[in-house]
Amino acid sequence: MESGLMHHVALWLAAFLTLGIFSFLYRDNTWYKVCEAIFVGISAGYWFVAYFWDNLYTKFWVGVWVTPMADRPDDWYVLYVGAALGILMLLRLVPKVGWISRWPLAFIVGATAGLYLVTYFASNVMLQIEDTVRPIFGAENDAPIYEIIGNIVVAVGTFTGLIYFFFSKEHRGAFGRAAKVGIFFLMITFGASFGYTVMSRMSLLIGRMDFLFSDWLKLIK
Amino acid sequence: MLFRVAIAFACLFIIAGVAGQPAGDTALAVQQTIAPVTSLIATNHEYDNGTGIDLIWVPSIDDRLAPSRVTGYEVWRSVVGGSGSRIAELPAGANKFTDEQCSRESTYVYSVVAISVAGNAVSISTAPIQPAREWINLHRLNLLAIAFLVSAAVIYFIQSARSGKKLFVRKIAGLDAVDDAIGRATEMGRPILFIPGIQDMDDVQTIAAITILGRVSRVVADYDTKIKMPVSRSLVMTAARETIKASYMAAGRPDAYNDDMVSYVTDEQFGYVAAVDGIMVREKPATCFYLGAFFAESLILAETGNSVGAIQIAGTAMPAQIPFFVAACDFALIGEELFAASAYLSNEPKQLGSLKGQDVGKAVALVVIVVGTMAATIGSAWDVTFMNQLWSALKVVFQTN
Repeated sequence: MESGLMHHVALWLAAFLTLGIFSFLYRDNTWYKVCEAIFVGISAGYWFVAYFWDNLYTKFWVGVWVTPMADRPDDWYVLYVGAALGILMLLRLVPKVGWISRWPLAFIVGATAGLYLVTYFASNVMLQIEDTVRPIFGAENDAPIYEIIGNIVVAVGTFTGLIYFFFSKEHRGAFGRAAKVGIFFLMITFGASFGYTVMSRMSLLIGRMDFLFSDWLKLIK
Repeated sequence: MLFRVAIAFACLFIIAGVAGQPAGDTALAVQQTIAPVTSLIATNHEYDNGTGIDLIWVPSIDDRLAPSRVTGYEVWRSVVGGSGSRIAELPAGANKFTDEQCSRESTYVYSVVAISVAGNAVSISTAPIQPAREWINLHRLNLLAIAFLVSAAVIYFIQSARSGKKLFVRKIAGLDAVDDAIGRATEMGRPILFIPGIQDMDDVQTIAAITILGRVSRVVADYDTKIKMPVSRSLVMTAARETIKASYMAAGRPDAYNDDMVSYVTDEQFGYVAAVDGIMVREKPATCFYLGAFFAESLILAETGNSVGAIQIAGTAMPAQIPFFVAACDFALIGEELFAASAYLSNEPKQLGSLKGQDVGKAVALVVIVVGTMAATIGSAWDVTFMNQLWSALKVVFQTN
């Protein structure tokens, strides 16, 4: 009975907040401001709690104090490095030594750049080139016309797109014309991507509408 | 007549004798038993963290019949001194498997069981093997070589910039609008809104946004315009405050700086958007900058900014979000233009050198695409040996696995 009551209260509260956020479509109003403040406040609190339990407790506390030594991975002691960096970050709260907080920041930026370099290079450079360089008429010289056109579009599009993003030369003359072709390719791609993404946004809207009309109002069964 | 009766008895005797044979008779068993796999070898999986062992074997000879009498294989693993367990089931015809769930501290023994309807056949076990890890993945030497080439170019150009050499970077459309947009906000007496995306400082787009913020806030400090910067990450708040503070100090107006210029909202994507939308409609900024990594919030922000009549300058390298900024903003920095703008505005040797070094990489890619496509097309269309060899060589250099 109690859970049923709570379910109804939660349902009405969710509907109230959803409609409050939707009311922004008309204009900024008190209802929206209330919903916005609740949303921001709860989400900020939620993330604080999530970070605390996911990182400080689950990773550090459990990893260093709770897990038996025999079950720990070889490199469990690196957790202390993370903790030390976290403490250095908190030194920002002490004005006299606040500059030390730049060190963990530098570590994060540098380490992430290094980690991403390999995957970025492999997927965004090597794989692109590997997929672009192909025989226009097919490996057996028997590709159908639509595949030939596709191969030409891929080769020309990648080539001219790269020229557009070449910053060491002014876009003039033949180079400029190639860059212009490149931007045409980019805009056509953006157009297709725009339509595709709008479709996924519509599904989000449909999801909320489904909640309002099915779960809340029970108009759709 | 007697002869016929004798024949009939003989037939009955034979039939009765065959029917009376046991199920496990030799002739029938020979027909149903399958041969086990042979030459089972376990080797360390190369270039991993010491978690993989490769197995290879010659399939059961009965697997080569048509139709195959083998229905599949089971891979069994046991730790030396421990009990065994089945770790994989493979279809008929399989002749290799990689166990990726190993521990560097353990020694393993493997066997493969050939499965058939009539019965199973267990192979001879492998020799004990312990996985090992390698520090360098030699399969990716090509990646290392190309990374070295680009890195060398970057270092060369950074050193050139530091030694005072003027590095040319073409003008980027949209950057001229930055000063105009800030001037417009000053004239209108309305604030500037700067949104650095929703990613943390470990994202290079956020770093580029903070670099551009340095230039924007310097002009803001000079013009005595108001700037407002709600952020969704605490580290970004820290970095942004330091950047704006440095700009105000460089402009000789440290007293005008206020920590409230940058405020943390929430890490939650749409909670942040709700708050920023609220700020937009209440404070009606004259100019909005959206620079950094954006996701689904890009269009919501840009449409709201548009509705309050703000001049909007956006830039992101998120491919799915660029179309929204192109459609809804006055100026959009597309993809790498964001990083180029950062280098162009900061005029910092490291960023300029990095940009020029990347251009070297792009030049190499352009050449490879042209030469490679020509070689592949001519080689396969007219069977020119040299072209085929060239294409094969390029494939080896640029292969990713």
